[in-house]
Amino acid sequence: MADLTAGGSTGVADVQSRYMEMVQRKRLYGGLTLLIFVVLMVSGFMVADDRNAGGFWDGIDNMGDYPAAVLAEAWEKLADLPGLMVKYFPALIETINIAAVSTLTGVLAGFVLAMLGTRGLARWPALIPVFRRITDVMRAVPEIVIALMLIFVLGGGPVPAVIAIAIHTAGAIGKLFSEVAENADLKPVEGLQSIGANWSQRILLGVLPQVAPNFLSYALLRFEINIRASAILGFVGAGGIGYELRNSMSWGPGRFDEAAAIFVLLFGTIVFFDQVSSRYRNRMTEGQGA
Amino acid sequence: MTTATLETLQSDADTLFRRKRLTAYAVPAVIFAYFVYIFFAFDFAGLASRAQPANAMTLASDMLSYKVHVTRSHRSGEIDYAVEGERKGRYPDGMRPDWASDAGETTVLSLGDGYEVRLLPDNRTEFDVPGHGTIEAQFDGTKVVTNLGDTPPDWVNASRTRVAITTDGGRVTITRSKTEVFNYFGGWELFWFTLDSPYYGQSFGSILFGDQIDPTRPNLAGAWHDFWQNPMWRHADVVWAIGETILMAFLGTFGGAIIALPLAFMAAKRFAPIMALRFAMRRLFDFVRGVDALIWTIVLSRAFGPGPLTGALAILITDTGTFGKIFSEALENVDEKQIEGVSSTGAKPLQRYRFGVIPQVVPVLLAQVLYFLESNTRSATIIGAITGGGIGLLITQAIQTQKDWEEVAYYIILIILMVIFMDWLSGVLRRRLIRGDAE
Repeated sequence: MADLTAGGSTGVADVQSRYMEMVQRKRLYGGLTLLIFVVLMVSGFMVADDRNAGGFWDGIDNMGDYPAAVLAEAWEKLADLPGLMVKYFPALIETINIAAVSTLTGVLAGFVLAMLGTRGLARWPALIPVFRRITDVMRAVPEIVIALMLIFVLGGGPVPAVIAIAIHTAGAIGKLFSEVAENADLKPVEGLQSIGANWSQRILLGVLPQVAPNFLSYALLRFEINIRASAILGFVGAGGIGYELRNSMSWGPGRFDEAAAIFVLLFGTIVFFDQVSSRYRNRMTEGQGA
Repeated sequence: MTTATLETLQSDADTLFRRKRLTAYAVPAVIFAYFVYIFFAFDFAGLASRAQPANAMTLASDMLSYKVHVTRSHRSGEIDYAVEGERKGRYPDGMRPDWASDAGETTVLSLGDGYEVRLLPDNRTEFDVPGHGTIEAQFDGTKVVTNLGDTPPDWVNASRTRVAITTDGGRVTITRSKTEVFNYFGGWELFWFTLDSPYYGQSFGSILFGDQIDPTRPNLAGAWHDFWQNPMWRHADVVWAIGETILMAFLGTFGGAIIALPLAFMAAKRFAPIMALRFAMRRLFDFVRGVDALIWTIVLSRAFGPGPLTGALAILITDTGTFGKIFSEALENVDEKQIEGVSSTGAKPLQRYRFGVIPQVVPVLLAQVLYFLESNTRSATIIGAITGGGIGLLITQAIQTQKDWEEVAYYIILIILMVIFMDWLSGVLRRRLIRGDAE
């Protein structure tokens, strides 16, 4: 009994010292990582501050100036605001249409790319890496680059934006869908194959019903993202509400009421679609869980 | 009785099938109708008239090729050689391409495949075009005279003051002030060194192992300096710009995460018992997200001016909203048992969070943050184009000048590599951190 306690106590001391050693080492590593991170953040901030036209500490006081000026002017001309919102509503519709068309086409193309690039489902298994690299590249190119080049060729307007966003969407969706489809049950596919179904029938009848809720939920999320993207592309000349926003901003003070009307429209749209899509997405993923 | 139930069942099944069949057709039909509407709303039919295929050709060929301008001034008769006609690409005095030669007073430019341009004295020009013959042209002090007659071929655009001849071998343009010859080549010229560098035209081997080329500098250092400071391709600036873009993404993503974490505690039901505070926090997140990066960028660039800091702050603010939402959802799903265990040892609230909550949520949150790091690299490119920082600014400038397409192609390749690199990096960190925590 005594032996046991003695042996136990040395054992405990041993364990304790080893434990403390480990804790200390872990703390050291954690502290070092934290230190490196902090140094990176601070030095990065200083570099960015240095390369910026106006410094952070000078600018922080002025941050409220522009919104205040816009708000003050909008408040003065409050009565005009509904009229201006009606005036810019068609531009807003165009922005939403750009997002919707590019989401639809991008999701369809991304679906095909995903199926061609998923192990076990691909039409030509040897070409899986090829389709994956295509998806990667499509995802990596920022929309603005394609849009600007297409504006050069096709002229301004919504079509360059649609193509640019659709390409990026296809890449992003291609990756996400392929990750989901990898976890799909292959038994229905095998069953369909045994009765002589061709590739598109196997995908549409064997895989799609399994993954549809997930896919739809991603597609909705993508639509939400694409509304923002389409507003930004409008800002560089691709039509829609972003284009109007840039114009109204370049007029400067005196026309801030127009900028305010567009801000309100854009904000309202984004929040609206955000809420709607998150509600439907929740319903879809919950429905799948039940 | 049984037949009746069977019949109702059957009719029920029939209706169900009919409805399913209807939706199977209705969904594609609705999508199709929408596309038809878009076809007219976006004026696809008018697109063909607005589109400029010539621009597409310029774009495609310029991305992969370059041209050397040979310019003869009609006033002085001097002949100048320059890559892309830019001052930075000018051949220094006494140096010219090897396809130019002298024959007496005449300068002969052989453009290849039998195309040859001869620049004769008195501002005379002769252009041998295979399959057509020799075109002679002269600027006689008031107008451009040619031997083409009244009906020149359709690849020649001739007027009194300007003659432009476009062939597969090259282009010749004669105006009142100068004669210009464009000779096209594949590839990206001057990518490594400009013509005024002593290392131009040297192979890698001779720079690395050969004799000292520039007597004042060691080969490697000199070559590196000339490459890095290449005025045509501006490698140093481009690398800086990419660094700036990644910096914007890094500062924005992690700054947003650091600010969002404490706010998320205030928005999570389990940690913020006051409903009003919770509600206020959530609406704050929604507001920040709803205002959108575009508007934040505009507002911030008014306050801070153009530059990477503005871009970083725009990403930071938008991401604070997104992270706040994601984090607070993750915090609501933490396991109560660990917190109970920690509090049973007499831990104070702060210690409960530190040892009961943080270890549970950190892997989840970190994975999210790293996902965003990758996608924010792309956002930083786009925001940079608006606010004026990083590679986004360089590429929009290059596109808007509408002539440096080879630089655009170069930047696109770099952007793709940058995004793929960040994707890879974030994947590696994610795997390592999450696995490390699981061990």
